[in-house]
Amino acid sequence: MSKLTFGEKVYQVFNYAFLTLLAFMTLYPFLYVIFASFSNPVKLYTHEGLLLYPQGFTTRAYEMVLKDPRIVTGYANTIFYVVVGTALNIIMSCIGAYVLSRPYLKLRRFFTIMIVFTMYFGGGLIPHYLLVKSLHLDNTRWALIVPGLINTWNLIIMMTAFRNVPISLDESARIDGAGEWRILFQIVLPLVVPTIMVMVLYCAVGHWNSWFNAMIYLRDRGKYPLQLFLREILVENRLNEITAGQGQANEVEDVGTTIKYATIIVSTVPILLVYPFIQKYFVHGVMIGAIKG
Amino acid sequence: MQHYCVQTVSYLPHFISTVVVAGMVLSFTSTDGIITNILTLFGFPKQNLLMDASNFRTIYVASGIWQGVGWGSIIYIAALSGINQELYEAAKIDGAGRWKQTLHVTLPGITPTIITMLILRVGTMMSLGHEKVMLLYNPGIYETADVISTYVYRKGLIDMSYSYSAAVGLFNSVVNLVLLWGANKISRSLTETSLW
Repeated sequence: MSKLTFGEKVYQVFNYAFLTLLAFMTLYPFLYVIFASFSNPVKLYTHEGLLLYPQGFTTRAYEMVLKDPRIVTGYANTIFYVVVGTALNIIMSCIGAYVLSRPYLKLRRFFTIMIVFTMYFGGGLIPHYLLVKSLHLDNTRWALIVPGLINTWNLIIMMTAFRNVPISLDESARIDGAGEWRILFQIVLPLVVPTIMVMVLYCAVGHWNSWFNAMIYLRDRGKYPLQLFLREILVENRLNEITAGQGQANEVEDVGTTIKYATIIVSTVPILLVYPFIQKYFVHGVMIGAIKG
Repeated sequence: MQHYCVQTVSYLPHFISTVVVAGMVLSFTSTDGIITNILTLFGFPKQNLLMDASNFRTIYVASGIWQGVGWGSIIYIAALSGINQELYEAAKIDGAGRWKQTLHVTLPGITPTIITMLILRVGTMMSLGHEKVMLLYNPGIYETADVISTYVYRKGLIDMSYSYSAAVGLFNSVVNLVLLWGANKISRSLTETSLW
Protein backbone atom coordinates (compact mmCIF):
# COMPACT_ATOMS: atom_id res chain seq x y z
CA MET A 1 0.00 0.00 0.00
CA SER A 2 1.31 3.49 -0.84
CA LYS A 3 1.96 6.09 1.86
CA LEU A 4 -1.18 7.62 3.29
CA THR A 5 -1.74 11.34 3.51
CA PHE A 6 -2.97 12.86 6.78
CA GLY A 7 -6.51 13.12 5.46
CA GLU A 8 -6.53 9.46 4.48
CA LYS A 9 -5.26 8.44 7.91
CA VAL A 10 -8.09 10.37 9.57
CA TYR A 11 -10.49 8.69 7.16
CA GLN A 12 -9.16 5.23 8.06
CA VAL A 13 -9.44 5.89 11.79
CA PHE A 14 -13.02 7.09 11.48
CA ASN A 15 -13.86 4.23 9.16
CA TYR A 16 -12.66 1.56 11.59
CA ALA A 17 -14.14 3.32 14.60
CA PHE A 18 -17.50 3.57 12.88
CA LEU A 19 -17.52 -0.04 11.69
CA THR A 20 -16.50 -1.32 15.11
CA LEU A 21 -19.30 0.68 16.67
CA LEU A 22 -21.74 -0.68 14.10
CA ALA A 23 -20.69 -4.27 14.80
CA PHE A 24 -20.92 -3.69 18.55
CA MET A 25 -24.38 -2.17 18.32
CA THR A 26 -25.56 -5.06 16.20
CA LEU A 27 -24.13 -7.70 18.48
CA TYR A 28 -24.70 -6.23 21.91
CA PRO A 29 -28.45 -6.94 22.10
CA PHE A 30 -27.70 -10.62 21.42
CA LEU A 31 -24.92 -10.68 24.00
CA TYR A 32 -27.21 -9.01 26.49
CA VAL A 33 -29.88 -11.63 25.91
CA ILE A 34 -27.33 -14.43 26.37
CA PHE A 35 -25.89 -12.92 29.57
CA ALA A 36 -29.31 -12.12 30.97
CA SER A 37 -30.62 -15.62 30.27
CA PHE A 38 -27.87 -17.12 32.46
CA SER A 39 -28.27 -14.53 35.19
CA ASN A 40 -29.82 -14.75 38.58
CA PRO A 41 -33.11 -12.83 38.17
CA VAL A 42 -32.78 -10.89 41.41
CA LYS A 43 -29.21 -9.82 40.68
CA LEU A 44 -30.21 -8.95 37.12
CA TYR A 45 -33.03 -6.79 38.44
CA THR A 46 -30.76 -4.75 40.68
CA HIS A 47 -27.97 -4.48 38.11
CA GLU A 48 -27.52 -1.07 36.52
CA GLY A 49 -25.85 0.01 33.28
CA LEU A 50 -24.36 -2.27 30.62
CA LEU A 51 -24.42 -5.97 31.34
CA LEU A 52 -21.05 -7.44 30.40
CA TYR A 53 -21.24 -10.94 31.92
CA PRO A 54 -23.96 -13.09 33.55
CA GLN A 55 -24.88 -11.92 37.04
CA GLY A 56 -24.70 -14.98 39.29
CA PHE A 57 -24.53 -17.83 36.78
CA THR A 58 -27.54 -20.15 36.76
CA THR A 59 -29.24 -22.32 34.13
CA ARG A 60 -32.56 -22.40 35.93
CA ALA A 61 -34.34 -20.36 33.26
CA TYR A 62 -33.28 -22.88 30.60
CA GLU A 63 -34.44 -25.80 32.69
CA MET A 64 -37.85 -24.17 32.98
CA VAL A 65 -38.06 -23.30 29.28
CA LEU A 66 -37.16 -26.79 28.14
CA LYS A 67 -39.88 -28.20 30.41
CA ASP A 68 -42.49 -26.02 28.73
CA PRO A 69 -44.68 -28.20 26.49
CA ARG A 70 -45.32 -25.20 24.21
CA ILE A 71 -41.72 -25.06 23.02
CA VAL A 72 -41.71 -28.73 21.98
CA THR A 73 -45.11 -28.55 20.24
CA GLY A 74 -44.12 -25.31 18.56
CA TYR A 75 -40.87 -26.71 17.27
CA ALA A 76 -42.55 -29.84 15.89
CA ASN A 77 -45.25 -27.83 14.12
CA THR A 78 -42.83 -25.27 12.75
CA ILE A 79 -40.62 -28.01 11.31
CA PHE A 80 -43.69 -29.47 9.62
CA TYR A 81 -44.69 -26.09 8.15
CA VAL A 82 -41.15 -25.34 7.02
CA VAL A 83 -40.55 -28.71 5.36
CA VAL A 84 -43.96 -29.32 3.76
CA GLY A 85 -44.60 -25.65 2.99
CA THR A 86 -41.24 -25.08 1.35
CA ALA A 87 -41.41 -28.30 -0.68
CA LEU A 88 -44.85 -27.41 -2.04
CA ASN A 89 -43.82 -23.78 -2.65
CA ILE A 90 -40.89 -24.86 -4.76
CA ILE A 91 -42.77 -27.50 -6.74
CA MET A 92 -45.65 -25.16 -7.58
CA SER A 93 -43.40 -22.22 -8.42
CA CYS A 94 -41.26 -24.42 -10.67
CA ILE A 95 -44.23 -25.70 -12.59
CA GLY A 96 -45.75 -22.24 -12.90
CA ALA A 97 -42.52 -20.53 -13.85
CA TYR A 98 -41.65 -23.22 -16.40
CA VAL A 99 -44.96 -22.85 -18.20
CA LEU A 100 -44.79 -19.06 -18.21
CA SER A 101 -41.19 -18.99 -19.37
CA ARG A 102 -41.70 -21.07 -22.53
CA PRO A 103 -42.56 -18.91 -25.54
CA TYR A 104 -45.00 -21.40 -27.10
CA LEU A 105 -47.63 -20.93 -24.37
CA LYS A 106 -50.64 -19.12 -25.80
CA LEU A 107 -51.73 -15.94 -23.97
CA ARG A 108 -48.45 -16.01 -22.06
CA ARG A 109 -48.29 -12.24 -21.73
CA PHE A 110 -51.84 -12.10 -20.44
CA PHE A 111 -51.21 -14.71 -17.74
CA THR A 112 -47.96 -13.07 -16.72
CA ILE A 113 -49.60 -9.68 -16.34
CA MET A 114 -52.45 -11.19 -14.31
CA ILE A 115 -49.94 -12.73 -11.93
CA VAL A 116 -47.64 -9.71 -11.67
CA PHE A 117 -50.65 -7.48 -11.02
CA THR A 118 -51.28 -9.23 -7.71
CA MET A 119 -47.90 -8.05 -6.53
CA TYR A 120 -48.96 -4.42 -6.73
CA PHE A 121 -52.63 -4.60 -5.94
CA GLY A 122 -54.72 -6.85 -3.74
CA GLY A 123 -58.01 -6.93 -1.89
CA GLY A 124 -56.33 -6.91 1.48
CA LEU A 125 -56.66 -8.88 4.67
CA ILE A 126 -60.41 -9.26 5.06
CA PRO A 127 -61.29 -10.74 1.64
CA HIS A 128 -58.34 -13.06 2.03
CA TYR A 129 -59.55 -14.18 5.43
CA LEU A 130 -63.14 -14.70 4.22
CA LEU A 131 -61.88 -16.71 1.25
CA VAL A 132 -59.84 -19.06 3.44
CA LYS A 133 -62.80 -19.39 5.79
CA SER A 134 -65.30 -20.25 3.08
CA LEU A 135 -62.89 -22.81 1.64
CA HIS A 136 -63.03 -24.42 5.12
CA LEU A 137 -59.28 -24.16 5.40
CA ASP A 138 -59.41 -22.25 8.68
CA ASN A 139 -58.17 -24.11 11.73
CA THR A 140 -56.34 -26.58 9.50
CA ARG A 141 -52.62 -26.77 8.87
CA TRP A 142 -53.28 -26.12 5.19
CA ALA A 143 -54.40 -22.57 5.94
CA LEU A 144 -50.73 -21.75 6.52
CA ILE A 145 -49.53 -23.51 3.39
CA VAL A 146 -52.07 -23.36 0.57
CA PRO A 147 -52.89 -19.61 0.34
CA GLY A 148 -49.20 -18.75 0.03
CA LEU A 149 -48.23 -21.58 -2.29
CA ILE A 150 -47.00 -19.21 -4.95
CA ASN A 151 -45.16 -16.09 -4.00
CA THR A 152 -45.34 -13.76 -6.97
CA TRP A 153 -41.90 -12.30 -6.45
CA ASN A 154 -40.30 -15.75 -6.26
CA LEU A 155 -42.25 -16.87 -9.31
CA ILE A 156 -40.89 -13.95 -11.32
CA ILE A 157 -37.34 -14.67 -10.23
CA MET A 158 -37.77 -18.32 -11.25
CA MET A 159 -39.30 -17.27 -14.56
CA THR A 160 -36.27 -15.11 -15.27
CA ALA A 161 -33.99 -18.03 -14.46
CA PHE A 162 -35.95 -20.41 -16.69
CA ARG A 163 -35.93 -17.92 -19.54
CA ASN A 164 -32.17 -18.00 -19.55
CA VAL A 165 -32.23 -21.72 -20.36
CA PRO A 166 -31.98 -21.90 -24.17
CA ILE A 167 -35.19 -23.07 -25.75
CA SER A 168 -33.19 -25.23 -28.16
CA LEU A 169 -32.49 -27.61 -25.25
CA ASP A 170 -36.25 -28.19 -24.91
CA GLU A 171 -36.56 -28.76 -28.61
CA SER A 172 -33.79 -31.31 -28.86
CA ALA A 173 -35.19 -33.15 -25.82
CA ARG A 174 -38.60 -33.16 -27.44
CA ILE A 175 -37.19 -34.63 -30.62
CA ASP A 176 -35.65 -37.36 -28.47
CA GLY A 177 -39.16 -38.11 -27.21
CA ALA A 178 -39.27 -36.33 -23.86
CA GLY A 179 -42.62 -34.98 -22.57
CA GLU A 180 -43.12 -31.68 -20.75
CA TRP A 181 -42.55 -33.19 -17.28
CA ARG A 182 -39.35 -34.84 -18.32
CA ILE A 183 -38.10 -31.64 -19.99
CA LEU A 184 -38.87 -29.66 -16.85
CA PHE A 185 -37.37 -32.02 -14.30
CA GLN A 186 -34.46 -33.51 -16.23
CA ILE A 187 -33.42 -30.78 -18.65
CA VAL A 188 -34.40 -27.36 -17.35
CA LEU A 189 -34.37 -27.76 -13.56
CA PRO A 190 -30.78 -29.01 -13.23
CA LEU A 191 -29.64 -25.84 -14.97
CA VAL A 192 -31.26 -23.48 -12.46
CA VAL A 193 -30.29 -25.24 -9.24
CA PRO A 194 -28.54 -22.16 -7.74
CA THR A 195 -31.70 -20.09 -8.10
CA ILE A 196 -33.78 -22.88 -6.62
CA MET A 197 -31.48 -23.12 -3.62
CA VAL A 198 -31.99 -19.43 -2.98
CA MET A 199 -35.77 -19.88 -3.28
CA VAL A 200 -35.67 -22.81 -0.83
CA LEU A 201 -33.88 -20.63 1.70
CA TYR A 202 -36.28 -17.74 1.24
CA CYS A 203 -39.36 -19.93 1.57
CA ALA A 204 -37.97 -21.79 4.57
CA VAL A 205 -37.13 -18.58 6.41
CA GLY A 206 -40.55 -17.18 5.51
CA HIS A 207 -42.32 -20.20 6.99
CA TRP A 208 -40.07 -20.22 10.03
CA ASN A 209 -40.79 -16.57 10.82
CA SER A 210 -44.49 -16.43 10.01
CA TRP A 211 -46.99 -16.09 12.82
CA PHE A 212 -49.71 -13.72 11.64
CA ASN A 213 -51.57 -16.20 9.43
CA ALA A 214 -51.35 -18.80 12.17
CA MET A 215 -52.83 -16.30 14.60
CA ILE A 216 -55.85 -15.46 12.47
CA TYR A 217 -56.57 -18.94 11.07
CA LEU A 218 -55.71 -21.40 13.84
CA ARG A 219 -57.75 -21.92 16.98
CA ASP A 220 -56.41 -25.33 17.90
CA ARG A 221 -53.31 -24.85 20.05
CA GLY A 222 -51.90 -28.20 18.99
CA LYS A 223 -51.30 -26.76 15.51
CA TYR A 224 -49.59 -23.54 16.60
CA PRO A 225 -46.15 -22.86 15.12
CA LEU A 226 -43.30 -21.91 17.41
CA GLN A 227 -43.53 -18.20 16.62
CA LEU A 228 -47.10 -18.02 17.90
CA PHE A 229 -46.11 -19.60 21.22
CA LEU A 230 -43.17 -17.21 21.34
CA ARG A 231 -45.61 -14.38 20.95
CA GLU A 232 -47.56 -15.66 23.95
CA ILE A 233 -44.44 -15.89 26.05
CA LEU A 234 -42.53 -12.81 24.91
CA VAL A 235 -45.23 -10.34 23.96
CA GLU A 236 -48.31 -11.31 25.92
CA ASN A 237 -46.33 -12.32 29.00
CA ARG A 238 -48.19 -15.61 29.37
CA LEU A 239 -45.52 -17.45 31.30
CA ASN A 240 -47.88 -19.46 33.47
CA GLU A 241 -47.42 -22.78 31.71
CA ILE A 242 -43.72 -22.58 32.45
CA THR A 243 -43.87 -21.28 35.96
CA ALA A 244 -46.99 -23.09 37.16
CA GLY A 245 -46.47 -24.43 40.65
CA GLN A 246 -42.98 -23.08 41.08
CA GLY A 247 -42.58 -20.75 44.01
CA GLN A 248 -44.58 -17.74 45.01
CA ALA A 249 -46.11 -15.25 42.65
CA ASN A 250 -43.41 -12.69 43.32
CA GLU A 251 -40.58 -15.09 42.56
CA VAL A 252 -42.35 -16.24 39.40
CA GLU A 253 -42.63 -12.64 38.31
CA ASP A 254 -38.89 -12.12 38.75
CA VAL A 255 -37.87 -15.34 37.04
CA GLY A 256 -40.15 -14.20 34.23
CA THR A 257 -37.61 -11.88 32.64
CA THR A 258 -34.81 -14.42 32.53
CA ILE A 259 -37.22 -17.04 31.18
CA LYS A 260 -38.02 -14.71 28.33
CA TYR A 261 -34.36 -14.31 27.48
CA ALA A 262 -33.81 -18.06 27.68
CA THR A 263 -36.80 -18.59 25.38
CA ILE A 264 -35.32 -16.17 22.85
CA ILE A 265 -32.05 -18.09 22.87
CA VAL A 266 -33.69 -21.52 22.63
CA SER A 267 -35.83 -20.41 19.68
CA THR A 268 -33.05 -18.60 17.84
CA VAL A 269 -30.07 -20.91 18.28
CA PRO A 270 -30.90 -23.13 15.26
CA ILE A 271 -30.88 -20.09 12.99
CA LEU A 272 -27.69 -18.70 14.50
CA LEU A 273 -26.00 -22.07 14.00
CA VAL A 274 -26.80 -22.46 10.31
CA TYR A 275 -26.65 -18.77 9.49
CA PRO A 276 -22.91 -18.38 8.82
CA PHE A 277 -23.04 -21.23 6.31
CA ILE A 278 -26.05 -20.11 4.31
CA GLN A 279 -25.54 -16.37 4.49
CA LYS A 280 -23.78 -16.18 1.12
CA TYR A 281 -26.74 -17.81 -0.66
CA PHE A 282 -29.02 -15.13 0.70
CA VAL A 283 -26.68 -12.44 -0.53
CA HIS A 284 -26.75 -14.17 -3.91
CA GLY A 285 -30.55 -14.08 -3.70
CA VAL A 286 -30.67 -10.35 -3.05
CA MET A 287 -28.62 -9.86 -6.18
CA ILE A 288 -30.93 -12.05 -8.27
CA GLY A 289 -33.86 -9.92 -7.14
CA ALA A 290 -31.96 -6.75 -7.89
CA ILE A 291 -31.14 -7.75 -11.45
CA LYS A 292 -34.83 -8.03 -12.19
CA GLY A 293 -35.29 -4.67 -10.41
CA MET B 1 -11.24 -9.47 6.09
CA GLN B 2 -12.43 -6.93 8.66
CA HIS B 3 -15.12 -5.64 6.35
CA TYR B 4 -16.25 -9.20 5.75
CA CYS B 5 -16.66 -9.71 9.51
CA VAL B 6 -18.61 -6.50 9.95
CA GLN B 7 -20.85 -7.43 7.03
CA THR B 8 -21.55 -10.91 8.38
CA VAL B 9 -22.35 -9.51 11.80
CA SER B 10 -24.54 -6.77 10.43
CA TYR B 11 -26.69 -9.20 8.41
CA LEU B 12 -27.42 -11.22 11.51
CA PRO B 13 -30.45 -9.31 12.87
CA HIS B 14 -32.19 -9.72 9.51
CA PHE B 15 -32.55 -13.44 10.23
CA ILE B 16 -34.16 -13.04 13.62
CA SER B 17 -37.92 -13.43 13.45
CA THR B 18 -40.19 -10.44 13.97
CA VAL B 19 -41.67 -12.00 17.09
CA VAL B 20 -38.27 -12.42 18.72
CA VAL B 21 -37.20 -8.90 17.75
CA ALA B 22 -40.41 -7.51 19.20
CA GLY B 23 -39.88 -9.61 22.32
CA MET B 24 -36.39 -8.20 22.71
CA VAL B 25 -37.61 -4.64 22.18
CA LEU B 26 -40.39 -5.11 24.72
CA SER B 27 -37.99 -6.50 27.32
CA PHE B 28 -35.36 -3.84 26.72
CA THR B 29 -37.83 -0.97 27.00
CA SER B 30 -39.77 -2.32 29.97
CA THR B 31 -39.47 -0.61 33.35
CA ASP B 32 -36.31 -2.52 34.29
CA GLY B 33 -35.05 -3.13 30.74
CA ILE B 34 -31.53 -2.34 29.59
CA ILE B 35 -32.48 0.65 27.41
CA THR B 36 -34.60 2.17 30.18
CA ASN B 37 -31.70 1.54 32.56
CA ILE B 38 -29.21 3.35 30.37
CA LEU B 39 -31.61 6.25 29.83
CA THR B 40 -32.11 6.67 33.58
CA LEU B 41 -28.34 7.23 33.86
CA PHE B 42 -28.95 10.32 31.75
CA GLY B 43 -31.74 11.49 33.99
CA PHE B 44 -34.78 10.07 32.24
CA PRO B 45 -37.59 8.77 34.46
CA LYS B 46 -37.67 5.02 35.10
CA GLN B 47 -40.79 3.93 33.26
CA ASN B 48 -41.99 1.52 30.60
CA LEU B 49 -40.99 3.36 27.43
CA LEU B 50 -43.73 1.86 25.27
CA MET B 51 -46.48 3.07 27.59
CA ASP B 52 -45.71 6.59 26.41
CA ALA B 53 -47.15 7.11 22.94
CA SER B 54 -44.53 9.69 22.00
CA ASN B 55 -41.78 7.06 22.20
CA PHE B 56 -43.42 4.55 19.90
CA ARG B 57 -42.23 5.95 16.58
CA THR B 58 -38.64 6.29 17.76
CA ILE B 59 -38.58 2.74 19.05
CA TYR B 60 -40.25 1.34 15.95
CA VAL B 61 -37.90 3.10 13.54
CA ALA B 62 -34.75 2.50 15.61
CA SER B 63 -35.42 -1.22 15.93
CA GLY B 64 -36.16 -1.33 12.19
CA ILE B 65 -32.82 0.27 11.44
CA TRP B 66 -31.05 -2.09 13.82
CA GLN B 67 -32.60 -5.03 12.04
CA GLY B 68 -32.29 -3.84 8.47
CA VAL B 69 -29.20 -1.69 8.05
CA GLY B 70 -26.72 -4.45 7.27
CA TRP B 71 -29.00 -6.36 4.98
CA GLY B 72 -30.13 -3.21 3.21
CA SER B 73 -26.52 -2.33 2.49
CA ILE B 74 -25.89 -5.45 0.37
CA ILE B 75 -27.37 -3.90 -2.73
CA TYR B 76 -25.50 -0.65 -2.24
CA ILE B 77 -22.22 -2.47 -1.68
CA ALA B 78 -22.76 -4.26 -4.97
CA ALA B 79 -23.58 -0.97 -6.70
CA LEU B 80 -20.51 0.69 -5.19
CA SER B 81 -18.17 -2.04 -6.32
CA GLY B 82 -19.66 -1.72 -9.79
CA ILE B 83 -18.37 1.84 -10.20
CA ASN B 84 -15.50 2.06 -12.64
CA GLN B 85 -12.26 2.55 -10.65
CA GLU B 86 -10.79 4.65 -13.47
CA LEU B 87 -13.30 7.38 -12.66
CA TYR B 88 -11.71 7.72 -9.21
CA GLU B 89 -8.24 7.85 -10.75
CA ALA B 90 -9.36 10.54 -13.16
CA ALA B 91 -10.96 12.56 -10.35
CA LYS B 92 -7.78 12.25 -8.27
CA ILE B 93 -5.66 13.57 -11.14
CA ASP B 94 -8.06 16.50 -11.42
CA GLY B 95 -7.36 17.24 -7.75
CA ALA B 96 -10.44 15.81 -6.07
CA GLY B 97 -10.03 14.62 -2.49
CA ARG B 98 -11.99 11.84 -0.77
CA TRP B 99 -14.96 14.08 -0.17
CA LYS B 100 -15.15 15.44 -3.72
CA GLN B 101 -14.77 11.92 -5.08
CA THR B 102 -17.69 10.75 -2.97
CA LEU B 103 -19.81 13.66 -4.12
CA HIS B 104 -19.03 13.59 -7.84
CA VAL B 105 -18.14 9.97 -8.61
CA THR B 106 -19.71 7.70 -5.99
CA LEU B 107 -23.10 9.34 -5.60
CA PRO B 108 -23.88 9.68 -9.31
CA GLY B 109 -22.69 6.09 -9.73
CA ILE B 110 -25.24 4.66 -7.32
CA THR B 111 -28.13 7.04 -8.07
CA PRO B 112 -30.03 4.50 -10.20
CA THR B 113 -29.81 1.98 -7.35
CA ILE B 114 -31.00 4.54 -4.82
CA ILE B 115 -33.96 5.48 -7.04
CA THR B 116 -34.95 1.87 -7.66
CA MET B 117 -34.81 1.06 -3.95
CA LEU B 118 -36.81 4.18 -3.19
CA ILE B 119 -39.57 3.21 -5.62
CA LEU B 120 -39.71 -0.31 -4.21
CA ARG B 121 -39.97 1.08 -0.69
CA VAL B 122 -42.72 3.51 -1.68
CA GLY B 123 -44.59 0.57 -3.18
CA THR B 124 -44.55 -1.28 0.12
CA MET B 125 -45.10 1.79 2.26
CA MET B 126 -48.78 1.17 2.94
CA SER B 127 -48.37 -2.43 4.02
CA LEU B 128 -44.96 -2.37 5.60
CA GLY B 129 -44.26 -3.53 9.10
CA HIS B 130 -47.77 -4.03 10.43
CA GLU B 131 -46.66 -7.27 12.07
CA LYS B 132 -44.15 -5.47 14.23
CA VAL B 133 -46.63 -2.70 15.07
CA MET B 134 -49.09 -5.34 16.16
CA LEU B 135 -46.52 -6.97 18.41
CA LEU B 136 -45.26 -3.75 19.95
CA TYR B 137 -48.32 -1.65 20.58
CA ASN B 138 -50.81 -1.69 23.42
CA PRO B 139 -54.33 -0.26 23.77
CA GLY B 140 -52.99 2.87 25.47
CA ILE B 141 -51.08 3.99 22.38
CA TYR B 142 -53.34 2.76 19.56
CA GLU B 143 -53.86 6.30 18.33
CA THR B 144 -50.17 6.85 17.66
CA ALA B 145 -49.11 3.34 16.77
CA ASP B 146 -51.91 2.26 14.44
CA VAL B 147 -51.17 1.77 10.75
CA ILE B 148 -53.99 1.01 8.32
CA SER B 149 -53.27 -2.73 8.30
CA THR B 150 -53.49 -3.03 12.07
CA TYR B 151 -56.66 -0.95 12.10
CA VAL B 152 -58.17 -3.23 9.44
CA TYR B 153 -57.20 -6.25 11.52
CA ARG B 154 -58.81 -4.92 14.69
CA LYS B 155 -61.97 -3.63 13.02
CA GLY B 156 -62.40 -6.65 10.78
CA LEU B 157 -61.25 -9.68 12.65
CA ILE B 158 -61.69 -8.61 16.26
CA ASP B 159 -64.82 -6.44 15.94
CA MET B 160 -66.17 -8.53 13.03
CA SER B 161 -67.20 -5.56 10.90
CA TYR B 162 -66.08 -7.19 7.67
CA SER B 163 -67.47 -4.85 5.05
CA TYR B 164 -66.20 -1.67 6.68
CA SER B 165 -62.68 -2.98 7.17
CA ALA B 166 -62.61 -4.59 3.73
CA ALA B 167 -63.38 -1.15 2.31
CA VAL B 168 -60.58 0.39 4.36
CA GLY B 169 -58.24 -2.32 3.11
CA LEU B 170 -59.20 -1.79 -0.51
CA PHE B 171 -58.75 1.95 -0.14
CA ASN B 172 -55.30 1.19 1.25
CA SER B 173 -54.45 -0.89 -1.82
CA VAL B 174 -55.61 1.88 -4.14
CA VAL B 175 -53.48 4.49 -2.35
CA ASN B 176 -50.58 2.09 -2.52
CA LEU B 177 -50.94 1.61 -6.25
CA VAL B 178 -51.18 5.35 -6.83
CA LEU B 179 -48.06 5.96 -4.75
CA LEU B 180 -46.11 3.33 -6.63
CA TRP B 181 -47.26 4.63 -9.98
CA GLY B 182 -46.47 8.21 -9.00
CA ALA B 183 -43.01 7.42 -7.67
CA ASN B 184 -42.21 5.47 -10.80
CA LYS B 185 -43.45 8.28 -13.03
CA ILE B 186 -41.39 10.93 -11.21
CA SER B 187 -38.31 8.77 -11.26
CA ARG B 188 -38.71 8.06 -14.96
CA SER B 189 -38.93 11.71 -15.86
CA LEU B 190 -36.08 12.74 -13.55
CA THR B 191 -33.54 9.98 -13.96
CA GLU B 192 -34.77 7.60 -16.65
CA THR B 193 -34.85 4.80 -14.05
CA SER B 194 -38.14 2.99 -13.82
CA LEU B 195 -39.63 -0.29 -12.67
CA TRP B 196 -41.55 -0.99 -15.84
